[in-house]
Amino acid sequence: MHSFLRAYPTESKLLVVLLVICTALSLASPDFLTLVNFTSLLNNNAVNVIWAVGLLVVLIAGGIDISFAVAASVVQYLCVYAFAGIGGGNWAFGFLFAGGFGLMLGLINAFLIHQFRIISIVVTISTFNAFFGLLMFFSSGRFLYNLPSWWSQRVILWEYQTASGTWAELILPVAVMASAMLATWVLIRRTTTGRQLYAFGDNPEGARRAGISIGLMQAIAFGWCGMMAGIGGLMQAHITKEVVPNALIGRELEVLAAVVLGGARLGGGRGSVLGCFLGVLLVAITQNGLNLLGVSPYAFKMVVGIIILLAISTSNLDPAKWFETRKEGRK
Amino acid sequence: MTAEARSETPDALRLTHVTKIFGGVTALDDVALSVGAGEVHCLAGENGSGKSTLIKIVTGVYQPESGAGMQIFGQDYPQITPTQARMAGIAVIWQDLALFAEMTVAENIAFETLLGNRPRPMSYARLRADAQAALAQLDVGLDLDARLGSLPIAQRQIVAIARALVSDARLIFMDEPTASLTQSETDALLAVVRTLSARGVAVVFVSHRLAEVLEIASRVTVLRDGRLVGVYPTEGMTQSRLTELMTGASFAQGVMARDTASQPEVLRIDGLGRAGDYADISLTLRAGEVLGLTGLIGAGRTELCHTLFGMTRADRGTITLNGRELRMKSNRDAVAEGIAYVSEDRLALGLIQPQSIADNAVLAVLRKITGRAGLLSQQGKDDTVSHWITELAVKIGKPSDAVSTLSGGNQQRVVLAKWLATEPKVLILDCPTVGVDVGARAGIFRIVRTLAEKGLAILLVSDEVPEVYMNADRVLHMAGGHIVAEWDPRQTGLSDMEAAVYA
Repeated sequence: MHSFLRAYPTESKLLVVLLVICTALSLASPDFLTLVNFTSLLNNNAVNVIWAVGLLVVLIAGGIDISFAVAASVVQYLCVYAFAGIGGGNWAFGFLFAGGFGLMLGLINAFLIHQFRIISIVVTISTFNAFFGLLMFFSSGRFLYNLPSWWSQRVILWEYQTASGTWAELILPVAVMASAMLATWVLIRRTTTGRQLYAFGDNPEGARRAGISIGLMQAIAFGWCGMMAGIGGLMQAHITKEVVPNALIGRELEVLAAVVLGGARLGGGRGSVLGCFLGVLLVAITQNGLNLLGVSPYAFKMVVGIIILLAISTSNLDPAKWFETRKEGRK
Repeated sequence: MTAEARSETPDALRLTHVTKIFGGVTALDDVALSVGAGEVHCLAGENGSGKSTLIKIVTGVYQPESGAGMQIFGQDYPQITPTQARMAGIAVIWQDLALFAEMTVAENIAFETLLGNRPRPMSYARLRADAQAALAQLDVGLDLDARLGSLPIAQRQIVAIARALVSDARLIFMDEPTASLTQSETDALLAVVRTLSARGVAVVFVSHRLAEVLEIASRVTVLRDGRLVGVYPTEGMTQSRLTELMTGASFAQGVMARDTASQPEVLRIDGLGRAGDYADISLTLRAGEVLGLTGLIGAGRTELCHTLFGMTRADRGTITLNGRELRMKSNRDAVAEGIAYVSEDRLALGLIQPQSIADNAVLAVLRKITGRAGLLSQQGKDDTVSHWITELAVKIGKPSDAVSTLSGGNQQRVVLAKWLATEPKVLILDCPTVGVDVGARAGIFRIVRTLAEKGLAILLVSDEVPEVYMNADRVLHMAGGHIVAEWDPRQTGLSDMEAAVYA
């Protein structure tokens, strides 16, 4: 317990805050603590979590990516045409193409950052505009509804009829979310390359002197983020059954806020998959709760803003330390 | 190392005829360096003497001009790359340590095992075992799971050394390892260096602190202006002789103390106390006097300075300046009363590094050079800056250059200029020579002496006893928040003072 507190101070804090909010909401609204509400929370936030774990890797490596949500839209359009080109496709091709196109877009960011030594926020603001401009130009802003049926048909993994007659279900994006979380966890915690990413984000000069390949680090970080952006895009179109060029623009800040809330540091070197998940969940549950309580949706953003502000300003408080001083105090 | 090479125990390093020219400027001119296996060797020289360039040549960062010979553990290297140097067992512990603050102690120590472009599965158990083994070699225990950033600088130093051991280093260069350590931390580090040496690891020690150089090293190689002055055994070497060799000039290392009892009293402190910091402090400071205040780090010296400069308030006691009791609410009041404070941490607190020399110099007197309409007077600024640059002989290119371009000694002069521009009556100097090399130190103390002769009352705070012994008129010894002794350098010897302070 104590070692978890010390290794994951932000995550522990988030967990406590989440528990408090959940308890309060379940007392305030009878609809909150229900299986239906819980599964729909997961279904509705799976895409955000997929993007969040991709962005997490970039933040750990000391960068930032503003372009991934727009990149996801680009991937959706490319996929529609690619699937038409190969005569329909299936889920295997879907993941291959979406992940591959996303990876390529991410590598474009990595190349620009590494080759021309431009800081990532500048590069990704540029590619954000370039990707979006190209997309609007070539799509003329057209919506696409003619998705292959395997793509637009709801894949239900698990369902259950509750006593009141409503259905609780989990859909494919939740499984993809779990896989993305697992893969990212393996990458950053269980491989030497992942630890190099942390080191590079923490102290780039020290990493360079130790012999870490900087170009490779950028490629892995932004490539991973791009790949997750593409897969997230694939899942998002699966849920909405349509591809809209400007549907995802703006989502990047929402996801970025959740990842930072989850303990990733904008300076690099810190962050975890668990934190990402909890960060997305905290924002989602707060919105969900406000919704159930009948608060105006216009107030959501304000409340989320306040939560993030509180989280960042208390991030220097280390729960492990409170624990220690209290123990000493008792002696 | 081959079997026959080991039986002969070749030197760890043998460098000959090393020359390095950067765009027409000769940084190193026919320099040699040899270090025996397991030897603690000191590389001494002022800033700019070529020490860093030499280290970078040995580690393959720079290539020397042709004609150089390099032998590492008996093997010839006509050319060496950073990777080859590491394979050969050479490690450098840079002054900034190049560690990873967000990672654990274990990961920092065993960082070598994480390297490689191909991803491999992580074994945290092996990582910890490697780290533990390295720490065991140093006879120190550290919490392997602690975040490095939570460790004090002295322990990070140990982590950096342990990291070198994990990569099987047999020749370790340490660049100014004690610059930011306290005396007891320095002692602990020197003990680690001795342990390394006893295990056959050669250490090349670069340090400004000559006392510890003489204590730890068996031989010292002295560089000056990129040339080899000579290699000397430390046995029988004195600090003043070493200083002469490094600077090429002979400094009068005699005691500067004079009798100032007849001078008028400027500052008087009676029974000053602040809970947890210091207690029962009484002292007087006279016009034209240099009053030394020494003691170990943590003795309350800096805390006392902060109160005198209005940054903290005493719980009891009084501060009297020129016969009037002071009640200061902030350091702004202190400046207005004529108290100036040159802080210990020049880099962080004393100067705004990226700003120009001129902007830094006038920072404390902006109000004085503000004309009508509340705008800064460029003329007033130029006058102030040029006056003090001349007065303190600061070596600069242009006043508009960034302060960060200056050497340590010249930066310290800019800090002095900033405070002297406020025309203070009392000048508090807190460890003015930290990070300043020997030649520049002498220059700073010449300035201190000149200022005192002009009637300024100076409180010279330092944890280096020889500094206050040589430059102060009287010396106060502070320990545990109290003033425990007052000495006259003309009557009490340096060794007695050092014995009392470092006891």
